[in-house]
Amino acid sequence: MATKSFVLKVWRQDGPDSPGTVEDLTEYAKDVNEHASFLEMLDLINERLMADGKRPIEFDSDCREGICGQCGCVVNGQAHGSQRGTTVCQLHMRSFEDGQTIVVEPFRATAFPVIKDLVVDRSAFDKIQQAGGYVSVPTGPKPDANSFKIGKEVSDRAFDAAACIGCGACVAACPNASASLFTGAKITQFALMPQGAPERKRRVSRMVETMDDLGFGHCSNIGECEAACPKEISLESIAIMKREYLKAMLAGS
Amino acid sequence: MSIVLDSGEPAGPLADKWDAFKDQMKLVSPANKRKHTILVVGTGLAGASAAATLAELGYHVKAFCIQDSPRRAHSIAAQGGINSTKNYPYDGDSVYRLFYDTIKGGDYRSRESNVHRLAQLSANIIDQCVAQGVPFAREYGGELATRSFGGAQVSRTFYAKGQTGQQLLLGAYGALNRQIDAGRVEMFERREMLDLVKVDGKARGIITRDLVTGKLEKHAGHAVLLCTGGYGRVYFLSTNAFNSNGTAAWRCHKRGALFANPCYVQIHPTCIPASGDYQSKLTLMSESLRNDGRVWVPKKHEDAEAIRNGSKTAKDIEPQDRDYYLETKYPSFGNLVPRDVASRNAKTVCDDGRGVNITGRAVFLDFETAIERDGEDAIRDRYGNLFHMYEKITGDNPYKVPMKIYPATHYTMGGLWVDYSLMTNIPGLFALGEANFSDHGANRLGASALMQGLADGYFVIPHTLGNYLATHKPAAIDESHPEFETVQQEVQDDIDSFLESHQSGSTTVIDVYRRLGQVMYDRVGMARTADGLRSAIADIRKLREEFENDVKVPQNTDFNKYLEVAFRARDFLEMAELLARDALEREESAGGHFREEHQTEDGEARRNDDDFAYVAAWEWKGDGEEHELHKEQLVFENVKLVQRSYK
Ligand SMILES: Cc1cc2nc3c(=O)[nH]c(=O)nc-3n(C[C@H](O)[C@H](O)[C@H](O)COP(=O)(O)OP(=O)(O)OC[C@H]3O[C@@H](n4cnc5c(N)ncnc54)[C@H](O)[C@@H]3O)c2cc1C
Ligand code: FES
Repeated sequence: MATKSFVLKVWRQDGPDSPGTVEDLTEYAKDVNEHASFLEMLDLINERLMADGKRPIEFDSDCREGICGQCGCVVNGQAHGSQRGTTVCQLHMRSFEDGQTIVVEPFRATAFPVIKDLVVDRSAFDKIQQAGGYVSVPTGPKPDANSFKIGKEVSDRAFDAAACIGCGACVAACPNASASLFTGAKITQFALMPQGAPERKRRVSRMVETMDDLGFGHCSNIGECEAACPKEISLESIAIMKREYLKAMLAGS
Repeated sequence: MSIVLDSGEPAGPLADKWDAFKDQMKLVSPANKRKHTILVVGTGLAGASAAATLAELGYHVKAFCIQDSPRRAHSIAAQGGINSTKNYPYDGDSVYRLFYDTIKGGDYRSRESNVHRLAQLSANIIDQCVAQGVPFAREYGGELATRSFGGAQVSRTFYAKGQTGQQLLLGAYGALNRQIDAGRVEMFERREMLDLVKVDGKARGIITRDLVTGKLEKHAGHAVLLCTGGYGRVYFLSTNAFNSNGTAAWRCHKRGALFANPCYVQIHPTCIPASGDYQSKLTLMSESLRNDGRVWVPKKHEDAEAIRNGSKTAKDIEPQDRDYYLETKYPSFGNLVPRDVASRNAKTVCDDGRGVNITGRAVFLDFETAIERDGEDAIRDRYGNLFHMYEKITGDNPYKVPMKIYPATHYTMGGLWVDYSLMTNIPGLFALGEANFSDHGANRLGASALMQGLADGYFVIPHTLGNYLATHKPAAIDESHPEFETVQQEVQDDIDSFLESHQSGSTTVIDVYRRLGQVMYDRVGMARTADGLRSAIADIRKLREEFENDVKVPQNTDFNKYLEVAFRARDFLEMAELLARDALEREESAGGHFREEHQTEDGEARRNDDDFAYVAAWEWKGDGEEHELHKEQLVFENVKLVQRSYK
């Protein structure tokens, strides 16, 4: 089975307050099976590091199939690497050349402080969702599900926005470290669906203000976020968010 | 002390039991709810729905998860859908029919009362989720779409593209967020529960490890809800997420909670096969693919060998030289036989040396006939995203070459024993979702795990927990109770001595863990024999010894992924033996548990209802001691037990 070797450089940082540095791990990156995923390549490097008595690279992952949003790092300058619509756990070594240089760094943003190596703190994302990323209905008897009629097209668009996995690639890719695509996706889902209507003004104003307070930058329509998004969430979400916000402001909510 | 396993279900007709329970249960007054702290461990569908609902009712809730956000629980990965008896297609579905299908699908090894309640609540789930804004698939007229799933004769599965688990979990996560925002839920991310604290025999708290700082923490409460998912990663390779584990349940087991039916494991037939020892997980391909894909291997060994070494491809094999073994053996169900049957047959042909990938462990799932019949566009319409995912992972294009698939561990039907209230035999300790054993018997039907997780969390526990609190009136205590310090110290000592004794060694955690998985898959997997199980137990013990003596673990006491994995693997090394023991003890075949000694002449599972229609609930007796078996006899008053047949 075909193997490849790489010139591998990885960001190492012992803790939130330690200075970090790029470490050359090329000697550990030889003979990697090309069918391994990017994270499996890191697993392998870690086995070799540990065998040598060295500290393994810390990185986050869980589902390893592109749906949980737990993984994420910058590969050769691009969030989740260069393949479109792909999380780093779904990236495979066959898409790299033998001998290629690979530089791995954490997602960088003021709002995402580094915890260790490639692991960052994305709890700011949860705070944005807590500020209104839901329909306020308690558990209990509800009207029959089919009493809401929602056209297929609208419903599909709402789904596409709801497909966001909250990985943070949009923030990492944005020169301003804006969270607009992430926030806009949730606002769009509920702006399109009738269930979201009663709270739409309150939702958009609280979520946008929370996003600003948490240290994310402003959106200046660069579009890097959409290019980096593994779920290919559309920039239209940001336009809808801005429109919703303006409407809420005009209505004086 | 002898343990009596009482389901605690109300008397009376099956269909009235849940109402009878609710009519008779005791209530906690609104003012009192605030004074009760409930610890919810896990934020998957079961945990997030329970935490949100209990907080809405006024309880003070603390919720915990391993990932950096509650939204990432493993439920997020579920693809296919969720069952409900809404009967929108008007095709004859009913509560009884879903109940019956679930009991039969589980091969008559589950409790009638729990399953019936699940079927009853299934309609409420869809209403609840739609009210939350979950974007289910819809028809052009604006109504909800359904599909038939896993061989069901009615169309009762609701879905959101191939991301149903994600959308349902994000709905529950939203409900949870609303309560966090309101200050009624305290959320603890990147935390792992490592022990249970009991006071006066009741569950009163937990010890968690902060996975960032490595510090232990004490949390006291009036009840503990384990919503920690299944233990499928005891097989190392599975469709489960990297952090899925059995630790919380196992540690509770060691504190006295009975572990039920551990040998009931579902091995899913349509997964992307392992291709090397770098592999960390196996990806599920939705079983809907079997609607159009045809499963085959070459008839001749030399053809299989040629495919494995690359000198031939699937296209080179003439039609008459292909063995469409499911179609031949099961003419009426063909490629759509249930999961366990499809899985076992794939193993048989590969054991026979006719597997088609480099490891010899794969069969073809071929769309050639379907593409010829319906055109590539139609197939793309149906499965486009799955084909895309397959190509991403394997580099092969399934429009041109057949997919290769092989069974992988997917779901665990066993779990902590619970009664009708979802309470374990430890008062105040509840288990919800995949962590309990309750609803799926020996085999789970497709699209019913999501249903169970949400039924448990949204609709069952809010009632049964209140009844427990109002009846048992657990005293007010907090973390200053000496038992918390004692248990925390035990956990700390364990971590310290573990690190100390694993500073050096000739192998790694992953290496031993991977080999454990291999033993489990080969001998405690799809087809089991008494000899195989006995030798597996012997090998598991050897691996445990090797793990104790020869594994090197990174020594950092703060963030240290390999230390987390080491503890989970250590628990799995113990649990694995119980799984094999349970499989050995169960001298019959039922659902996912297939004992080669117990099959019909046609090679089908043969149950033994006279001797084995019971729940096997195992009691931990201490390190190095044999487990003790307790039995809950299953009583079937509403269904007739028949042998499954898919011929
Ligand atoms: C790939 C895949 C596809 C599936 N598709 C379907 C489908 O289409 N339909 C269907 O019905 N079912 C499906 N299933 C099954 C279903 O997804 C699961 O059974 C179900 O989601 C489990 O939910 P849960 O809430 O019980 O646990 P999980 O979602 O597994 O959540 C467990 C939670 O517990 C936490 N946890 C675990 N241990 C600890 C600890 N020690 N301390 C603190 N927290 C802890 C985790 O962090 C997590 O939050 C699928 C499963 C897989 C693997
Ligand atoms: S690990 Fe889940 S998206 Fe990558």
